[in-house]
Amino acid sequence: MARMKFLCDADRCIECNACVTACKNEHEVPWGINRRRVVTLNDGLPGERSVSMACMHCTDAPCASVCPVDCFYTTDDAVVLHNKDTCIGCGYCSYACPFGAPQYPQTANFGTRGKMDKCTYCSGGPEPDMSQAEYVKYGSNRLAEGKLPLCAEMCSTKALLAGDGDIIADIYRERVVTRGYGSGAWGWRTAYGETVAV
Amino acid sequence: MRYLSQFMIALAVLVFVGQASAQVNPTERAVTEESMFEALGTDTNAVAGRVSIPDSSAGNLIKPENKSWASFQVGTLQTLSVVAVVGMVGLLTLFYIVRGRIQVDSGMSGLKILRFGAIDRFAHWTLASTFIILALTGLNLIIGTSVILPLLGENAFGALTSLGKIAHNYLAWPFMVALALIFVLWVIDNIPDKVDVEWLKQGGGIFKKGVHPPAKKFNAGQKVIFWAVILGGAGLSFTGVMLLFPGVAGAAADWQLYQTIHALIAAGLSAIIIAHIYIGSVGMEGAFDAMGSGEVDVNWAKEHHGLWVEQEKAKSAKDSALSTPAE
Repeated sequence: MARMKFLCDADRCIECNACVTACKNEHEVPWGINRRRVVTLNDGLPGERSVSMACMHCTDAPCASVCPVDCFYTTDDAVVLHNKDTCIGCGYCSYACPFGAPQYPQTANFGTRGKMDKCTYCSGGPEPDMSQAEYVKYGSNRLAEGKLPLCAEMCSTKALLAGDGDIIADIYRERVVTRGYGSGAWGWRTAYGETVAV
Repeated sequence: MRYLSQFMIALAVLVFVGQASAQVNPTERAVTEESMFEALGTDTNAVAGRVSIPDSSAGNLIKPENKSWASFQVGTLQTLSVVAVVGMVGLLTLFYIVRGRIQVDSGMSGLKILRFGAIDRFAHWTLASTFIILALTGLNLIIGTSVILPLLGENAFGALTSLGKIAHNYLAWPFMVALALIFVLWVIDNIPDKVDVEWLKQGGGIFKKGVHPPAKKFNAGQKVIFWAVILGGAGLSFTGVMLLFPGVAGAAADWQLYQTIHALIAAGLSAIIIAHIYIGSVGMEGAFDAMGSGEVDVNWAKEHHGLWVEQEKAKSAKDSALSTPAE
């Protein structure tokens, strides 16, 4: 089985935000929630870089460890998913996440958190694959269709890579060697305890 | 004119060359994950930048520090909560085995004296019932996955915890009202004084049969409980309201801090309240009546709150003297 990861090559990202838009459209993500976002570092300064970030599907995910109802599970592809039927919207996963992935629609009491929503790596939830129930809660299940996450698939500069961790690391490594520079595999050290050595 | 255009071309070439040489290494000063992490140092801030979506907190790209809150949550905090609750129950069991139920030494007199009126008892039981539910639903968030989840399964446990969360959010309000009421009603009798020193010196008579140091309406032990409840309850209320309104509280780092303080106070106060429940029920003969019917046996009152009984007697003597018509 593959170990699915995201890798954003910040030296290619042009901050077009198409990944953000594609994600919102593909999954009919609720108003006010962005499963993916593009952060521009050192904005307006020499050496500015943009990084597209979503849930990194961590190894030993901190969100899963703090969840008081244990609603998280890791698929065979090492994708971290959660069960919205079990989620109580306590917010602990958002405290624990280093990447700001978990978000909440403001539907519950006092206008606070509803059920948590985050990137599913385009692989739905615990419902049967590609069912309507799954689509309504989690969005489409592209992995079940044999496709990779849409954000990475339609990235115009191929900055955002999705797929097996070893393969995308090799692609990134080759790029860095060929062009002579690379700003790093953003988030890898925090998410997987390792980075892409070049 | 000719010279001017030649000059312009020369200038343009110079500018172009200048730009080209500045672009020899386009990544010379590029930010790297490594350099940004190094710049963070021991600071708890995130690797952050600008986002074009309205939520500015989304600009935090990576915040490795969040993982330490997560590991504290599942490690130290769980252990501390279990130790506080189970430890106190263990201590009290041991105490019960050694000391047994504290009896009224002079036996029940059958005569009653009013200790707590209806308002006192209403405030006490509102505070008590909400606290117990708040404590149990709170404890469930910390140890439920390892204790109750295996028994109920994910669906039932999720539904139960969801109800628990709603109960926790709503019962917090009557808890706070009752806390304020208790403070107003009892603060006057809970200001520490010299009598408490003597009471504490004698260990409150808790550990020895037949020892009954004098006490006013509340003895030093009760004063400790009072102030623990007031201060702990205020801390819980403040941090709890902050957690209910995360937008007011700030960002993730603030929520983590409030949650940690909230959980630590809750663990400590739960242990104290378990001891309070023990001594007010099985631990001491005649004690429950104070909050049950509100009237306690006079002999119990004399043993545990001698000075208070004298005060009450003096008061009623004065009242009856006043109400007696002059002859």
